[in-house]
Amino acid sequence: MEAGTAEVVRSKTVSVTVNGTTYEREVDARRLLIHFLRDDLDLTGSHVGCDTGNCGACSVILDGTLIKSCMMLAVQADGATIETVEGLAEGEELTELQKSFSAHHALQCGYCTPGMLMSATALLRSNAHPTEAEIRKAIQGNICRCTGYVNIVEAIKSVGETS
Amino acid sequence: MTETVAPPQPKVVEPGQPQKGWAGQNVPRKEDKRLVQGEGVFFDDIKRHEMGYVHFVRSPYAHARIKSVDVSKALDVPGVYGTLTGDEVAILTDPFFELSVPPGAHMKDYALAVGKARFAGEPVAAVVASSRELARDASELVEVEYEPLEPLVDARVAQEGDAPILHDEAGSNVVWDGTFDWGDYDAAAAEADHVVKIKELHFDRFSSTPLECSGCLIEYNKGTGQWTMYCNHQMPGVGAIWMAPALRVGLDKLRFVTQDIGGAFGNKICLHPYFVACCLLARKLNRAVQWTEWRTDQHTANAHGNERWFQDIEVPVKADGTMLGFKVRATDDCGAFPRYEPLGCIIWAQVTPGCYRWRNIRVDFTQVTTNKSPVSPNRGYSRMQHLWLTERIIDIVASELGLDPVEVRKRNYVKHDEFPYETPNGCIYDSGDYARCLDIALELIDYPSIEQKRRDAESRGRLLGVGIGSTLDSGTNNFGQSMILNPDLQFSGNNEVATVKLDIFGEIVVTLGTVPQGQGHETTASQVVADILGCSPDDINVRPGHDSYWNSHAGFSGTYASQFAVTGLGAVKGAADMLAGEMKKLASVVLGCSADDIELAEGQARMKANPEAALPFMALGAILNANNAGLPEDLGVTLNCRYVYRPPFEKPDLERKYGNLTLTYATQIHAAVVEVDPDTGVYEIVDYAAVDDCGKRIHPQIVEGQVHGATAQALGAATHETFPYDADGNLLTPNFYDYHVPHALDMPPMKNGFIESESPFTPLGAKGMGEGGGAGIHAICAALQDALRARGKPVVTDSCNPYHRVWALLQEPEASRAGVEVVSR
Repeated sequence: MEAGTAEVVRSKTVSVTVNGTTYEREVDARRLLIHFLRDDLDLTGSHVGCDTGNCGACSVILDGTLIKSCMMLAVQADGATIETVEGLAEGEELTELQKSFSAHHALQCGYCTPGMLMSATALLRSNAHPTEAEIRKAIQGNICRCTGYVNIVEAIKSVGETS
Repeated sequence: MTETVAPPQPKVVEPGQPQKGWAGQNVPRKEDKRLVQGEGVFFDDIKRHEMGYVHFVRSPYAHARIKSVDVSKALDVPGVYGTLTGDEVAILTDPFFELSVPPGAHMKDYALAVGKARFAGEPVAAVVASSRELARDASELVEVEYEPLEPLVDARVAQEGDAPILHDEAGSNVVWDGTFDWGDYDAAAAEADHVVKIKELHFDRFSSTPLECSGCLIEYNKGTGQWTMYCNHQMPGVGAIWMAPALRVGLDKLRFVTQDIGGAFGNKICLHPYFVACCLLARKLNRAVQWTEWRTDQHTANAHGNERWFQDIEVPVKADGTMLGFKVRATDDCGAFPRYEPLGCIIWAQVTPGCYRWRNIRVDFTQVTTNKSPVSPNRGYSRMQHLWLTERIIDIVASELGLDPVEVRKRNYVKHDEFPYETPNGCIYDSGDYARCLDIALELIDYPSIEQKRRDAESRGRLLGVGIGSTLDSGTNNFGQSMILNPDLQFSGNNEVATVKLDIFGEIVVTLGTVPQGQGHETTASQVVADILGCSPDDINVRPGHDSYWNSHAGFSGTYASQFAVTGLGAVKGAADMLAGEMKKLASVVLGCSADDIELAEGQARMKANPEAALPFMALGAILNANNAGLPEDLGVTLNCRYVYRPPFEKPDLERKYGNLTLTYATQIHAAVVEVDPDTGVYEIVDYAAVDDCGKRIHPQIVEGQVHGATAQALGAATHETFPYDADGNLLTPNFYDYHVPHALDMPPMKNGFIESESPFTPLGAKGMGEGGGAGIHAICAALQDALRARGKPVVTDSCNPYHRVWALLQEPEASRAGVEVVSR
C-alpha cells in the first residue's frame, strides 16, 4: 500500500446472469469466478478440485463456451450469461444426460459430476452423436478419481445414440 | 472360531441373470438424483454467519528448528480474526497418542509443529480471516525464523549412524521393528532345488488423491463445550479417539457430521491434526471456522500411501515350479510422523502368502520416519505393497527359471477345494477360485492369440508383453492385529451399527454408522431392508452420511478397509430383522393372532392365512408412536431398532503373531497387454481384463464401478503417479500439473468378469471389496517385464514405471539384472 500512487481499485460491481437469474454483487477484484459462484451466490453445485485448472470440477458454460471457472476472475465475467449444473434440469425433470449418468452408474462420489455434466452438455450441443474417441477427448479436462471413466463414456455415448 | 462350511461351487455370473429379491439387483442409486443436480452437500458447501477461513502457514524446509514465530503483522491486517501457533498448541493440547511401542511411542505429534518442522509443508501456524484470499495473504505476513537441518529422504539409510534424527525424544528414526517367522524357512531353503535371490524391490509413494480436498467447518458451542465438525473425515470413530484426549475432553464433545464426501480412499483418515487446530481456533475466536485444503497442500502435507523397500529377498523353489515360501527384509517409509501407519507394519500380514500355498515365510519388518509427508492408509493399504512383492516374486522366479507365468501361478495358487484355507499365520481365507478367475481373465484378453499378436507388434517395431496380477482384497479387520504391534493397545475385533425405525406415517428410516464417499451405501442398505420388510427400496429413507448425534455408531465406525458389505450391511440386516420381528408382534396383538401367523409383504403386515387381515406399515407406525393406549404393558416393541454387528473374531496369539486378521478375502485377477516403443520407452496398454470375486454382490453395478475405479487408480500408480522428493526434501509433484492422474484418454478399454464365491462367514454371503485394484500395478509390471524380455531380460524392480524408467531398462538391462541371482542345487 504505497503512499502517493493512484488509488488501487480493489473491488468492482459485477452483474452476471446465472441459470436465468441476474445477480449484481460487489466483488473483490482478485476473487475467482468459481469462488464468486460458490461463496457469494451460494451456487455450490460447481466444485473446486485442484486450483490449477487441471481437474475441471468447476466447469461451467459462459456465453455458450465451456470454461473452467477457477481460471477466470469474477470481474472478467461481468455481463456474462452463465450456465451451471443447477440449471440443467427443468424443474423436477432431469436432462437425458443426467438420467443417463444415473442409469449407467457414471458417478460414485459425485464430486466431479457437475463439471463432467457441463463438459458433456457442451459436447452434445456441438456434436449430437459423438464417437467414443470424441467423447474421451471432450472430457479429458475433467478428472474423475472414482469411475475410471468407463461408465461416464458409456453414459454420454448412450445419449448421443438415442438423441 | 467360526464354524467352517464346505464352500459351494462359485457361481459364474452372466449379465441379466434373474435374482430373487432386491439384493443382487441394479436398482437406481438413491444418491444420484441430488448429485447430478449439484444438490449434494459437501462440507465446503456449508456456511455460517461471519465464519472465518483458516489458512495454514507451512514450513518451506523439510527439516528445521523453529526459532521463533511472530504473528503480529498478520494480526494487524483488517479482516484477520486471529492466529494459532505451535507454542499455543503445546500448552492447550497433549500430543496425539502413538500406536507403536518404543521408539515410535516416544515420538511427539501435535496439531502444529512444535519446536521443529519435519517435512516441507508441515503446518507451523494458522491464520483466520474473513475470506479465503485474505487468510492466505495474511499468512504470508507471519514471520517464522528457521534453522535448517539436514533432511533425511531415503528410508534405507535412516538407521545409519550419521543419519539425521527426526524425533530427538525417540533417539532413533525407527518407529517399530519386528520379525515374522512362520513355518520353517531354513528347512524350505534346504529342501529347494533352486533359491532365487532378489536384491531390492521398491514400492513407490503415491496416493489416490481424492478430487475433493480435506477440510471441515467447525463450530464451538461455548455453553456446552462441544465442537460440531461438518467435515469429510472418513473414520470418525478413530478420529475422535485421537482428538478427544489431545483436546483433553470426552468423546461426546466431538460431533462429527458428514453428508457427501468427494472421494477419500483412506486419505481422509488422518485429518486429526488439522481438525484439532481448527477446534482450538473456533474456541479461541468464538467463531465458526472453516478450512479447505488447497490441492498443493493435499499433495505435500495430507497423507501419501506408504512407500516400502523390499531387500534381500530369497525364494526357495522346487524343480517343478512349486515355491516353498520366501524371506525378505521390508522397510516402510512412513514420512515424518507415524500416525496410523504403525498398523501398516502388521496389516500386510492379512495376506501373508498372497494367493499362494506358500508355508514358510520370514519377514523382518522395520518402519522408519523420513522428512517427507506423513502417510496414511491408501486404497489397498499395506496389503497392496505386500501383494506386489508376491507377484514380483512369481514373475521374476518364472522368468529366471524359464517357467510359464500362468502355469506357475496355477501350480502355487490355493486350490478351490482347499477353502476355507488357513494361511501359515492363521488367517482363514474364506472362499474363492483363483485359477477359475485367471482362466476368465485370460479368455477376456484372448490369451491363445498372444503369440500371434506379439509377432504382429514386432512387425510394427513394437514389443508386446502380457502380465497377470493376482490379489486379495482382505476386508473386515480384526483390530486385534494392532496388539501384535503393541500388546498394550486395547483394540480387538470390529463392529458397526445401524438403526432402522418405523415412524408415525409409516416411514422406514435407516441410519448408518458408516461414512460413505461414493460407495452407494444408501442404496444397498435400502435393498437389504426392503427384502426383510417386504417393501420396495423406494419406501426406505436411508439418511445420507454420518452424524455422531444419531447414536448409530461404535468404536470402529467408518468407511475403510473393504468392509461395508459385511459390517455395514450386517448391522443393517440385524436392525431390520429386529424391526421385522417387532412389527409382526405388534400386528399379532392388533389382529389377535400369533406373531408366527404374520408376514410382511407389499408394505403391509398381514395374516399369512388371510391376507385380507392386514395392517399397512402406516397403521403400525401410528399405533405404537401416537395411539398406544391399551397396548399390553409387556409388549416390548419400540419400532426403533439398533443393532451392533460384531464379526466372529478371536484375539491373535501375540507370541506367534498368529490368528485370523480379517473376515473376508475377495479375489481380483487382472491381465494386461502392453505395447512398448523400444526407441523411447513409451508404452500403451492395449488390452485389459479385470476379474473380481467378492462373493454375493448386493448391487452388481456398484461392484463393477468399484472395480473400474480401483483399476484406474492402479494403472495411474503403475504408469505415472509418483511422489518423488529431491535431496532437500521438496516434493516434485505438488499439484495435478506434475502429478499426472489418468484422464479419459489415458484409460485403456477394460473388460470385466465376475464370479461369486459366497463367504460362509458373513451375514449376506458378501465380502468387502473396492480396494483390489492393486492388481493393476502387478499386471503392468509383469507385462512390461514380458515385453522387454527380448531386450536383455531386464527385471522390473519398481512399482511405478513411467516411460523414462522403461527407457532406462531398455538401455541398461544388465543394471536391473545385477540384483537377481539363482542358486541351484
